[in-house]
Amino acid sequence: MKRELPLLITAVIGLFMILSFFVPHHVVSVPADFLQQCAVIVVAFGYVLGGANALRVNLLSIAKRQSDWAYKLVLVVSLVATVVIGLIEGRRWQATDSVSMFLYNQLYSPMQATMFSLLAFFIASAAFRAFRIRTVEAGLLAVAALIVMLGRVPIGNEMTSWLPEGLRMGPVQEWIMNVPQNAAKRAILMGAALGVMATGLRIILGIERSYLGGGD
Amino acid sequence: MGNPTRSPRALVRAILVVMACVGSVRTSAADSAIPVPPAPAPPAGLTYEDVPNDAGSGIRLTWRRSPDDSVGLGRVNGYVLERGTSPVGPWVLVDSLALGTTERVDQAMHRNTPYFYRVTAFGPGGSTPALANAGPAIARESWFNSTRASVLTFLASFFLLVLYFMSAAQSGRKPFVRRLAGIDAIEEAIGRATEMGRPVLYVPGIQDIDDIQTVAGLVILESVARLTAKYETPIRVPVAYPIPFTIAQEMVKSGYLNAGRPEAYDPDSVTFVSPEQFAYVAKITGIMLRDRPAAHIFMGAFFAESLLLAETGFTTGAIQVAGTANVHQLAFFVVACDYTLIGEELYAASAYLSGEPRLVGGLKGADVLKLLIIVTILVGCVLETMGIRGLTTWMQTQ
Repeated sequence: MKRELPLLITAVIGLFMILSFFVPHHVVSVPADFLQQCAVIVVAFGYVLGGANALRVNLLSIAKRQSDWAYKLVLVVSLVATVVIGLIEGRRWQATDSVSMFLYNQLYSPMQATMFSLLAFFIASAAFRAFRIRTVEAGLLAVAALIVMLGRVPIGNEMTSWLPEGLRMGPVQEWIMNVPQNAAKRAILMGAALGVMATGLRIILGIERSYLGGGD
Repeated sequence: MGNPTRSPRALVRAILVVMACVGSVRTSAADSAIPVPPAPAPPAGLTYEDVPNDAGSGIRLTWRRSPDDSVGLGRVNGYVLERGTSPVGPWVLVDSLALGTTERVDQAMHRNTPYFYRVTAFGPGGSTPALANAGPAIARESWFNSTRASVLTFLASFFLLVLYFMSAAQSGRKPFVRRLAGIDAIEEAIGRATEMGRPVLYVPGIQDIDDIQTVAGLVILESVARLTAKYETPIRVPVAYPIPFTIAQEMVKSGYLNAGRPEAYDPDSVTFVSPEQFAYVAKITGIMLRDRPAAHIFMGAFFAESLLLAETGFTTGAIQVAGTANVHQLAFFVVACDYTLIGEELYAASAYLSGEPRLVGGLKGADVLKLLIIVTILVGCVLETMGIRGLTTWMQTQ
């Protein structure tokens, strides 16, 4: 019963949500909206579980003085302080002079921007590896990338201004992006969409049931 | 002296009042010099139509413009559309619309309720309502969105095909599935981690459970956990959202149970991190650099963090296997990882790993539908070229 009931709930709600895509009538749309709102409530409870796990795992590490326990201490202190300040400030947390907003703007945002800015360096190192021409395919990739990069800046068109209009860098890069690139992208998307449907069907029909865990 | 802070404000206010008075006198003088244009001629032909295929939430209203509706004339500034529950009002403003507008869909009313509408042209010379109101207009809800008939047809075909091939596979006709190098590499990567005595890092993407890629990533996790249990190698699963976190715990537990080693399951192997993208990245890159896992497996939905994770992983020398259906991130994974599952391969992975006939049968059904879609695209191209638009129109959805 511990497995059958969740499977039944999954099947009924899954089929009902598919039905709601085709039936706009309120008999179907209102319960469908309600179910989606219920999901939000379930997620809210999930955060309690998640927060408890983060605290437990990190506090245990601190207590056992595991390696890098100091980082975990910073994490726990930050987590508790943010929650406490948020609770004290209540609905005022979004005010421009609130401590929560100060933490967000002065600590969180700069840290986030720092992490994001690393991407520029990683793109450079990854591009360096990607464009090493070792095979025919890698060569084609490098040539296409060169055309697209040059075609998107004025110098690319300037360099090929002596060529007929259709053979200049700009139009050629547009063709690469609109035709072969888009065709490949759409093929992947169509395949992925079918994969989504197949996965959904397997779960709704209870064929894929590993998400229920190993208990009986 | 009074309140010193208020005195300057009072002075400013007094100045503003004087300026306004002077301004109004000047304006009045100017107004008297310019002839006021006459009120615009009324718009006409207000008609209504229930918006089809909706939940009774829309009435489409169309009218003919006022004969004075021309930018050069300057007699019409726009139209006011109003709604009432009786032909004589009271009227509630639906919208104020720009010059030249002849259509508006009202979506702020109740279904199955009769409403009356009127449209008024307004300009510098005043306003003139249309000679006749429209109504009673009733927004009726539909039982079926007919524009989605094509989706239903394909969905039903897909379900029937999958069910057919599943039952065929169950009866012993197991379909051929090509080798997926990326999935085969997972076992190799776990084996290498075992040899090196290091853990395996599994990242199930950065989306919540409502993204099917996360579901696919979690389903694969069960098979990966079974392998790590078999090889007695620790696994680390940092999760971004709380619901996938609880499911990931169940998946890892299930993997250890199915491998016959439930006692080896470590509840702390799955940890909740944060739904914040870069906080999550910081945690995972921290694990990569501090704990040095020998295998990194990324399966699920990824965005800007894909390259941050994969490049950091690359620098540690770990074997990396990635899978995602986010086309914009695939290129990053292809460059930085040893193996990449592309699009549908991510969804096929669980069937491939389990080898369960019914799951593998489902893959065959998807393949046949793919063939059907290719044929439909080709037929559609031919028909469009010939100027026959029936198929394209049928496939457009709202």
